[in-house]
Amino acid sequence: MNMTAPTLEVRDLKTHFFTRAGVVKAVDGVSFSVGRGKVMGLVGESGSGKSVTGFSIIGLVDPPGRIAGGSILFQGRDLAKLSEEEMRDLRGNRIAMIFQDPMMTLNPVLRIDTQMIETVLAHKKVSKEEARQRARDTLGMVGIPSPDERLKAYPHQFSGGMRQRVAIAIALLHEPQLIIADEPTTALDVTIQGQILAEVQKLCATTGTSMIWITHDLSVVAGLADDIAVMYAGRIVEKGVVGEVLDRPLHPYTHGLIGSVPSRNKRGEALRQIPGMTPSLLNLPPGCAFRSRCPRASEACLTEPLLAEILPGREARCVHPHLEAPEAA
Amino acid sequence: MTVYLVRRLLQALLVVLAMSLIVFIGVYAIGDPVEILISPDADQIERERAVQALGLDLPLWQQYAVFLTKALQGDLGRSFVYNEPALKLILQRMPATMELAFGATIFALIIGLPLGLYAGLRPNSRFSRVIMASSILGFSLPTFWVGLMLIMVFAVYLGWLPSTGRGDTGTLLGMQWSFLTWDGLRHMAMPALNLSLFKISLVIRLTRAGVRETMLMDYVKFARAKGLSPARVTFVHVFKNILIPVVTVVGLELGSTIAFSVVTESVFAWPGMGKLIIDSINVLDRPVIVAYLMLIVLMFIAINLIVDLTYSMLDPRVRLESKGT
Repeated sequence: MNMTAPTLEVRDLKTHFFTRAGVVKAVDGVSFSVGRGKVMGLVGESGSGKSVTGFSIIGLVDPPGRIAGGSILFQGRDLAKLSEEEMRDLRGNRIAMIFQDPMMTLNPVLRIDTQMIETVLAHKKVSKEEARQRARDTLGMVGIPSPDERLKAYPHQFSGGMRQRVAIAIALLHEPQLIIADEPTTALDVTIQGQILAEVQKLCATTGTSMIWITHDLSVVAGLADDIAVMYAGRIVEKGVVGEVLDRPLHPYTHGLIGSVPSRNKRGEALRQIPGMTPSLLNLPPGCAFRSRCPRASEACLTEPLLAEILPGREARCVHPHLEAPEAA
Repeated sequence: MTVYLVRRLLQALLVVLAMSLIVFIGVYAIGDPVEILISPDADQIERERAVQALGLDLPLWQQYAVFLTKALQGDLGRSFVYNEPALKLILQRMPATMELAFGATIFALIIGLPLGLYAGLRPNSRFSRVIMASSILGFSLPTFWVGLMLIMVFAVYLGWLPSTGRGDTGTLLGMQWSFLTWDGLRHMAMPALNLSLFKISLVIRLTRAGVRETMLMDYVKFARAKGLSPARVTFVHVFKNILIPVVTVVGLELGSTIAFSVVTESVFAWPGMGKLIIDSINVLDRPVIVAYLMLIVLMFIAINLIVDLTYSMLDPRVRLESKGT
């Protein structure tokens, strides 16, 4: 870890949705930290609670959901205790977010300049002209050609990749300390994805911005992140330095996830998969949430294992971790 | 854009032509105006003279041809009853109906939009439930009954507002308008409100549905993630998107309000086109009926065109497409 204090430290975060059918524990005791200028990959299947974790940090969990416990320390302040007004002051300013679908994140009836300038003016007392200047510079920074003209365009006049660049530019307007990226490249072509990833990596390195990169795509995390946390059913099941986790996964779920990446299979061999689907979070049975899909499950899995340091610097939540030598890939 | 307009106008022309035929045949089928117009004790010769004078002795297709050629010269016939050009009669009554319809639309927007917005933003609050329940009443209560109740309460019991007529009028562009004088406005308030009840409910429901739908969109969440104030998110990001369906429907509704303000005009004895058409139907004053219906068709076409143009102003995506054609 870094010598300096981490930018963000999430401790035992619990975000629950109080629905009529019962309490859905979308995030249930998640802890991790992100150092300055570091990229943290938050990986998991749909419904594992990774997006809700992101929304909890930026304070945009909509009712019936709310943060039911834990703390989110951002530069020493607990975000979970801030008022809505204080939180709004941080959003888009010190903490920014990028969404999954670039086709949907920009308002279709407002011009790009409107959407950028309002963001600048929401946090800085500057003239409209200065705000426009800032918007133009930022658009140029994320690689949009002739930003002056593009400012006057509407979102539908941009391609998906360009729209995501605009969204990233909006996130960067105030040089935030933390960016939460919720699967920002999932909806894009591979080539565009590569460009955006390279761009983001460069920006993080130069500005010292920390990042939480939420994704289900392990290959993206492998190239981009410093640390990784794997989520399953609202909990972190494994975390560590990205290279180590991917080379030698301890948790059977991480193991299965890595095995599911098609390029890792041998040609002609049937693709590997994790059987079954993520359990409903409404009535999670006691014990390890993964046990019904786990090839290693036993009687011992009926009691919930704790996240424990199994190898030096490596934590996993499993009673039967993969400790044997990694198989040759 | 020009091509688009020309195409729209050609379509409009065809619609007008088809409509004129339907209206003409329809009115012809209703009955013989001679029975009503000529006194029962007139003799055969007098009858025939009258029939000839009105051009009713010709076969139907010839009557239609005469009507069409005259219509092309801007002459929609003379009223049997008033012995005045039908068009002139209708146009004299038009301002009254127009201002009533516009008044109703303005009521619908200034009452419906805020209530719908509130109900959409706080769907579970008690006040929202009251709004939604009342909007069902607005949809289902018959206009004439509500009109009578309004007269009972505001004119009879409270005595605040006059119950009938247009009151004093001011002159603008050579026409008489009630909204130019205080007395006229007082006369207009009740009928306009009565006419707008249905529209208020419509706007409330449309706005609420639009807000509920738009609030879930990613761009609203993104706008919040940018740290914008709730007011900015609601009134710029959400509002501009819900205006698109509201403008479309209210615009189209304006047409039917003008055309079907008959009931309200009758209840409040408002001397508009609606009252004229009812009187004309009662005495089978064919030229007036035909001219009125033709005028309404033209108006609907014009309103549709204006709505489409406004729509493209609000929605940049539509704007680009129409430029492309």
